[in-house]
Amino acid sequence: MNNIIKIAVRNLFRYKRRTILTSTLIAFGVILVIVFGGLAISFKSQMIGIITNTSMGDLQIHKKGYVESIDNLPLNINLTAEELASIETKMKDIPEIAAYSPRIKFGAMISNYAQTSNIRLSAVYPEMESKTVSDLVTRIKGTMTDPVNFLKPGEILVPENLMKGLSLNVGDEVVLVATNQDGSVNGITLRIAAMIENVLGPSGKDGYMHINDAAGLLRMEQPAIVEIAVHLKSFEQLDKVYGQLKKEFSSSSLFEIHTWEQLSPFASIARIVDILIFVVKFILISIVLVSILNIMTMSVYERIGEIGTIAAIGTTPRKILSLFIVEGFAMGFLSTVAGVVLSLSTLVIMNMANINFTFGQMNLTLNPGIPVGEVFLTTFIVMLVSILASYQPAHKASKMAPVDALGHT
Amino acid sequence: MSLIRIDNVTKLYQTGEVPVTALKDLSVTINQKSFVSFIGPSGSGKSTLLNLMGALDKPTEGKVVINNVDIAGLDRTQSAIFRGSNIGFVFQNFNMIPVLTVFENVEYPLLMLKHISANERRDKILTLLDKVGMLDQKDKYPNQISGGQKQRVAVARALVTNPKIVLADEPTANLDHKTAYKVISIMHEMQKEFGTTFIFSTHDTKIVDEAEIIYTLEDGVIVNSEVKTNN
Repeated sequence: MNNIIKIAVRNLFRYKRRTILTSTLIAFGVILVIVFGGLAISFKSQMIGIITNTSMGDLQIHKKGYVESIDNLPLNINLTAEELASIETKMKDIPEIAAYSPRIKFGAMISNYAQTSNIRLSAVYPEMESKTVSDLVTRIKGTMTDPVNFLKPGEILVPENLMKGLSLNVGDEVVLVATNQDGSVNGITLRIAAMIENVLGPSGKDGYMHINDAAGLLRMEQPAIVEIAVHLKSFEQLDKVYGQLKKEFSSSSLFEIHTWEQLSPFASIARIVDILIFVVKFILISIVLVSILNIMTMSVYERIGEIGTIAAIGTTPRKILSLFIVEGFAMGFLSTVAGVVLSLSTLVIMNMANINFTFGQMNLTLNPGIPVGEVFLTTFIVMLVSILASYQPAHKASKMAPVDALGHT
Repeated sequence: MSLIRIDNVTKLYQTGEVPVTALKDLSVTINQKSFVSFIGPSGSGKSTLLNLMGALDKPTEGKVVINNVDIAGLDRTQSAIFRGSNIGFVFQNFNMIPVLTVFENVEYPLLMLKHISANERRDKILTLLDKVGMLDQKDKYPNQISGGQKQRVAVARALVTNPKIVLADEPTANLDHKTAYKVISIMHEMQKEFGTTFIFSTHDTKIVDEAEIIYTLEDGVIVNSEVKTNN
């Protein structure tokens, strides 16, 4: 086998320019996959991190039917105190769950006494919310003396565009008017504690208030929770915990559980990113397939006489097949090594350069990185395609009759 | 004792619509340790006959038995192994593997077939290169040596597996007379030293004198045989 590898590698460098050109093309494909993959995966994971850590949580639990009507923010599809207690008990038995936050979500009118607009509110226990969506405070603009208790009773966080639209300032009083479950209307006066930015831009109308104030406004004896956001110790355990909770609640038809991607529109963007990564991989496969097939076919046609010679002096068809497959494989391997080294160097340089960009309202720092598994997968793809692409020319070489090959001019 | 037995062999080639008869009911027996030449004009069937003796091709009719093996019964892999173990080849165009050095070209058949230690292999190759006068060129590549030198390397390569037969199809066709004579002399020396049967085809009347048995072919038929006793 060593001899076959030696001959295969030397044959590769017999036509240096051709080999270098083909290798460069394959290496370029590998660089494309790894660098693009690094950027895309980094962007995707940063975005998912922002979405789950600033507003959504990793998982959410609702009363059955709530998500179907989520745009209407129905208050009547809520969890009773017993149901909430039952869910909390089950969650405490799952060690992967780091924190959870019960919420009331509802729509209201907000007024500065002169103008009125509508607002979507999340009423939360600040301490539980800040543990569940720990980066929420990064969206709050203003001086935050206690990030854990970012809201006190009597306070409200108003989104940026409403602040501007209603000419509001931090410290101003606003009136909230909301309709409760029974259809009666109630109002409450709150002080603006800070302005809050929307994750994806200034179009949102999502504000925050203390859950006790919401219960009062909505005339609830006990806060009627409509949503529980769940934060996991590790995002990698999402599928496991989701499965576990699903199983826990399988006997009951009262609740529904969703992961962030079932609820966030960004999941579609994440899927598009995955599709793009796949397309780039497909381009790499095409490059390798065409390049290796072309170069190996040319090699076989140029070396028919040589194939006749090695066959005549006792090389079996199987060894001739191996010789050409190893040659194609060696080309794929050497090109991949070059491509991996260059692309990882590029990623290191990009990390050192600290490239910043803005997506919506979010300032992101480009920290491209590629999982080791992706690098191995890319290498494996190139190796496999190299072998497949070499097979046809190699098979042709091994099937040549020695007497015909020797007579070829 | 017969090493090659060819019984009533006919070989037809299909070129387009018309079949061409390369050998016609030909029979010949070649004994061990002989130095045989086939001569004849171009198209007389010399190369076809050598291809059959080398298990590179199979007869249309008749029987080719080499070292007690009927080559018609061998598949492609068995033929390759048979050739590697029993037959050495010297080609008109030298047929060196261009990416291998002189040493590695001679080593190649051993690596493909024989399982012998690296030291033993090295000693064997160096001895043979010394005998053909190419030891000092062992690290050169084929494009760095002359045609005569390539053919001497080819002789060493043909002998390295200790074959019973060495077949040389027009081995001197691309060499000048002096070099051609030198190559044939080396082949003759090797035949005497190793007891290998050498069979070569040529139409060079000067070098054919080196042969012990000379067969003349015309139109696929042996028309004359001459056994010389002075060699």
